[in-house]
Amino acid sequence: MSQSVLFDAPGPRARRRIMVGNILGTLFILALLALVVYGLAEKGQFDAAKWNPFIEGRTWEYFMLPGLLETLKAAGVAIVTSIVFGLVFGLGRLSSVKAISWVAGLVVEFFRAVPVLLMMIFFYQFLSKSTPVPSSDVPFVAVVLALTLYNGSVIAELVRSGVFGLPKGQREAGLAIGLTRSQSLRIVEVPQALVAMLPALLSQFVVILKDSALGTFIGYTELLGYARRLASGEGNILPALLVTAAIFIILNMILTFAAQRLSRLLGARAGALLKTDEAVDPEGVPAPVR
Amino acid sequence: MEGFLELFGEYDVVGAFWVNIQLTFWAALWSLVLGTILAVMRISPIASLRWFGTAYVNIFRNTPLTIIMVFGTLALWSQLQVNLSGDFQLNFFRLAVLSLSVYHAAFVCEAIRSGVNTVPLGQAEAARSIGLSFLPAAWLIILPQAFRGAVAPLGNVLIALAKNTTVAAVASVAEASGLMKTMIEFRPDLMTQIFLTFALGFVLIVIPIGLLTTWASKKLAVAR
Repeated sequence: MSQSVLFDAPGPRARRRIMVGNILGTLFILALLALVVYGLAEKGQFDAAKWNPFIEGRTWEYFMLPGLLETLKAAGVAIVTSIVFGLVFGLGRLSSVKAISWVAGLVVEFFRAVPVLLMMIFFYQFLSKSTPVPSSDVPFVAVVLALTLYNGSVIAELVRSGVFGLPKGQREAGLAIGLTRSQSLRIVEVPQALVAMLPALLSQFVVILKDSALGTFIGYTELLGYARRLASGEGNILPALLVTAAIFIILNMILTFAAQRLSRLLGARAGALLKTDEAVDPEGVPAPVR
Repeated sequence: MEGFLELFGEYDVVGAFWVNIQLTFWAALWSLVLGTILAVMRISPIASLRWFGTAYVNIFRNTPLTIIMVFGTLALWSQLQVNLSGDFQLNFFRLAVLSLSVYHAAFVCEAIRSGVNTVPLGQAEAARSIGLSFLPAAWLIILPQAFRGAVAPLGNVLIALAKNTTVAAVASVAEASGLMKTMIEFRPDLMTQIFLTFALGFVLIVIPIGLLTTWASKKLAVAR
């Protein structure tokens, strides 16, 4: 149901009322913004000294860009490893061998229920204790491991539901031309499921990117960590956090936009193939929570 | 095994989890209120309010919760001297609830909007035909059905919220993940057992929420 059906095509009187509402709404929003801006200005948050660092090349060269690089490094590696993990365990869950599908199901359900931060703390302490990982790499490895186990489990579920969403004829056709059950899964079903789940996969990347910021808590200095470092030198924590948040928002909106375009594209192409009995969000992909 | 049991006598694990549950409860309440208001804004005929709702969702859905939490403590509290309580610990608890609510309200709004999408066209038309204008139609006809259709996605938000309460450790709230860190530092030889215990604690919180919301979403589903 689109929003327009909630109210009639407005006549002259309703249009007037909507206009009045619109003006009041705009005033309300502006008042809210003014209140925030005034409050911040009152506390000296708009002093040039607090914002100037962000127009100096030095800040970007030594803080924001290296931080962004670390964030992208952790998120990038975690994206690749999560996909691998997700494929392995997604296929495991679909396995016709009961034991394999049971174990894969247990692993996936467990790691989906455990908070990422809890895993990060554990792996950080575990790896700094008794492993060949060099101590300078421990925070990075812990971040990637925790992100992989959680997001890989979510992706495993995506793979499974993608295969379940395919019409039964696909498997039957595979079996009919003499493929075994697992061959048909690998050659016929999973490739189609992967295409269908691409938009949801891209949305999951948003989650990985956002959660990589948790790394700062276990000493992996990424964008947020660098921003705090900058702020402790310049005394401008509020501007630093706002700029950091803006960078994350831009990156994530690009990913979300790509996911929406992709789902529209695929919807036009492969939509006929997939049983989508759920109400499809008009804007494309339902955002994963977290 | 004996050292393990002893450790649990020394540290108040149940108490730490209780803090997570309290955080979940209050943040769920506030984000439900805020999220519903945002959802009504996003389906309203008034363009400026729609714009505001969309902007809010896009901003907070795409910001890491960690940044919001750090903002709550370092910017709101330490820079701007925003105090939500005279009591030091309660102040941090409330700042954490505020951060969690602001973040999850964006997801609640989207969940309710997806619930609105399950309400058939005829319901809105029927509401209009008996003379209800936008707000009464939304409040009496659309939202009650939308909430019933949104139980499953709202349940997912609640599960994510329960897990995300661990991020309150960033705001120095004494909750489970922080306690786990302390306990492992104290007894590194038992770290795997300690981690598995805390992980199991979250499994025990998350799975009943999942079962309950799945049951409720079937029970409450509007028969059409």
